[in-house]
Amino acid sequence: MTNEALQNLISSWIPDPIAIELEFTEEKSQFLNITVQPEQLHQLMTQLKSNPDTNFDYLFCLTGMDWGKELGVVYHLESTTHRHQIVVKVKTEDRENPTLDTVCKIWYTAEFHEREVFDFFGIKFNNHPNLKRLFLTEEWDGFPLRKDYVDEINMVIK
Amino acid sequence: MGVNNTSEIPADFPGKVIPGGNGANILVTSLDDIINWGRANSLWSLYFGTSCCAIEMMQTGAARHDYSRFGFEVARPSPRQADLIIIAGTIVNKMAPVLRRLYDQMAEPKYVIAMGACAISGGPFYYNSYSVVKGADHVIPVDVYVPGCPPRPEALLEGMLMLQAKIKTESMNNKVFPIDGFDEGL
Amino acid sequence: MDTTITNNFKSEEYQINMGPQHPATHGVLRLLLTIDGEIIKRVEPDLGYIHRSIEKMCERDSYQQIVHLTDRMDYLSSHINNEAVCLTVENALQLEIPERVKVIRTIIAELTRIASHTLWWGVMGMDVGALTTYFYGFRDREMINDIFEETCGARLTMNYNIPGGLMFDIHPNFVKRTKEFIAHFKTKLPEYDLLLSNNIIFRKRMEGIGILTKEDAISFGASGPVGRASGYSCDVRKHHSYSAYDKVTFNEILKTEGDTYARYQVRILEMWESLSIIEQLIDNIPEGEFFAKTNTVIKLPEGEYYQKVETARGELGVYIVSTGTKNPYRMKFRSPGFSNLSLLNHIAVGGKIGDLVATMATLDLVIPDIDR
Repeated sequence: MTNEALQNLISSWIPDPIAIELEFTEEKSQFLNITVQPEQLHQLMTQLKSNPDTNFDYLFCLTGMDWGKELGVVYHLESTTHRHQIVVKVKTEDRENPTLDTVCKIWYTAEFHEREVFDFFGIKFNNHPNLKRLFLTEEWDGFPLRKDYVDEINMVIK
Repeated sequence: MGVNNTSEIPADFPGKVIPGGNGANILVTSLDDIINWGRANSLWSLYFGTSCCAIEMMQTGAARHDYSRFGFEVARPSPRQADLIIIAGTIVNKMAPVLRRLYDQMAEPKYVIAMGACAISGGPFYYNSYSVVKGADHVIPVDVYVPGCPPRPEALLEGMLMLQAKIKTESMNNKVFPIDGFDEGL
Repeated sequence: MDTTITNNFKSEEYQINMGPQHPATHGVLRLLLTIDGEIIKRVEPDLGYIHRSIEKMCERDSYQQIVHLTDRMDYLSSHINNEAVCLTVENALQLEIPERVKVIRTIIAELTRIASHTLWWGVMGMDVGALTTYFYGFRDREMINDIFEETCGARLTMNYNIPGGLMFDIHPNFVKRTKEFIAHFKTKLPEYDLLLSNNIIFRKRMEGIGILTKEDAISFGASGPVGRASGYSCDVRKHHSYSAYDKVTFNEILKTEGDTYARYQVRILEMWESLSIIEQLIDNIPEGEFFAKTNTVIKLPEGEYYQKVETARGELGVYIVSTGTKNPYRMKFRSPGFSNLSLLNHIAVGGKIGDLVATMATLDLVIPDIDR
């Protein structure tokens, strides 16, 4: 399915386009990007997977991002039957205690990926079965991949 | 007797002077030779490879460059049965206590070879990395350093032979354990 | 035997540690096993023992320096990792790559795949107890290392790719030595089957364990031979072609059983397919330049770029977010081993510890690839 057809199909699912904001953009990227609010994330993802016209059953990349002011997650989805790809982005302004919904009941691979995002950015996921640090030790202070992370002892900056 | 064997040592000489023959008599030196020959030619290493240098270490053990013809016959999985650790790969903050515990579990006499740029000084991960230990000799005392990224199998064999030559200069008279004083920074 | 006596022995679960330093974990992976006797109830991996913060380092490196770092992630298919980053940068700059470069990259990628699979086969045999396979596998890998050393300069971490093409042209002996290697290897692969694949002890040890269904494979994100052994068609070379793969004909090996023996067979058959790809390309390397001109300081235009390649372990993805400067703003590597490891808990539960070792050997994990 082409990007326009996907955009029309997904827009047709929303009953009230003003209350639920979805932004579609295609510039600066090779895929169709959807930006969604954190409250509607889980519902949109469930529909993207279960609808037989889109059938996005393969989550191939889950990336944590720090956009300077906001933190968020970028999901890359693909369908194994129709072979189209899409990108879903979700942002949150809260840097002290960022929380998002988990998608690991929809795609099992997200369990480990979300633990990695929690480890490096500090974003907590609701209803995650096992949210603890994955790569760093339990006592590590801070979230390394954030842009304002400073480590005087270990890092030798060049 | 009438011969003055002590040569003139300058006052600012930085190293330690070891007298020829380790300053011992004929009985001790011949016993030393036999013991050192036995130790040097049957060093058994521990399976310890963390990253890419481990593949070159495995190639050194395979059929073309074979390290078992020099006596490093088998690689033991348990540290209590090994007397050489070849640190092949990067040491990370989370792995450093594990390495120290493995070294402590080995029985004396024990030796360490640091293989590859990462084990010597942090290697390509020196700058801008928050989790790499910049050199394995921050954790355990090292005897031989083998540079390369990864070093060729022939380079690792040269390092192992150099370690054998180092062992042959040891003596029962001046036994030194490299771990003494290591934690205090000597 | 009097059953009242045996019923008095209450068994309970306890946790043991399959530690970071272990001969069968292929690197530094710690597994916390919750077992009841010999039956496994839960497997929890503990990662991070080789986490070298490559993604953070990439935010301060130029694009040519990043290529050198990606070699060390999955060091057994290092050329293909380099190719992934170079293709992302080239697609972002919309560079036109000469045909000669594409064909040479494909030939060296397939040689790397064969080298990785022979090492996997050697170590797989060693894990289940057949020590001879270690020497046979490494013997053949040495021939490929010689070819790489003559052309690229190094045996393991090759750095032969740069954004824009290749670092230098191939050596005059490259074509001759590759053809000799193909002829030699075709007599050796049946030997692998004789030694291990049809051995009755090996088959009884591998068949019927670690079963992964197709829906689970898709949901867990399994890719590469692990996914293909469960019937999930996931070959990136077929679905999202890159370099010279659209010019060659090859089969995608699919099996449906999804057990450990199927994953083993898929890799052996993939080695035959790689040999046939090299044979189709080696005689027709087109003449031309071996690089396309780029600036010394590469600045990607603002935007987000993604490129997938097929390494020996599965699908590697490179995701670059750029704001127009000479360093990337965020660089993410989607590694195949990370997703393949997450299904270990799902398929090893209910089996014995010996089955866990055999299953992990067929998942073909390289831990620096997972920890990055």
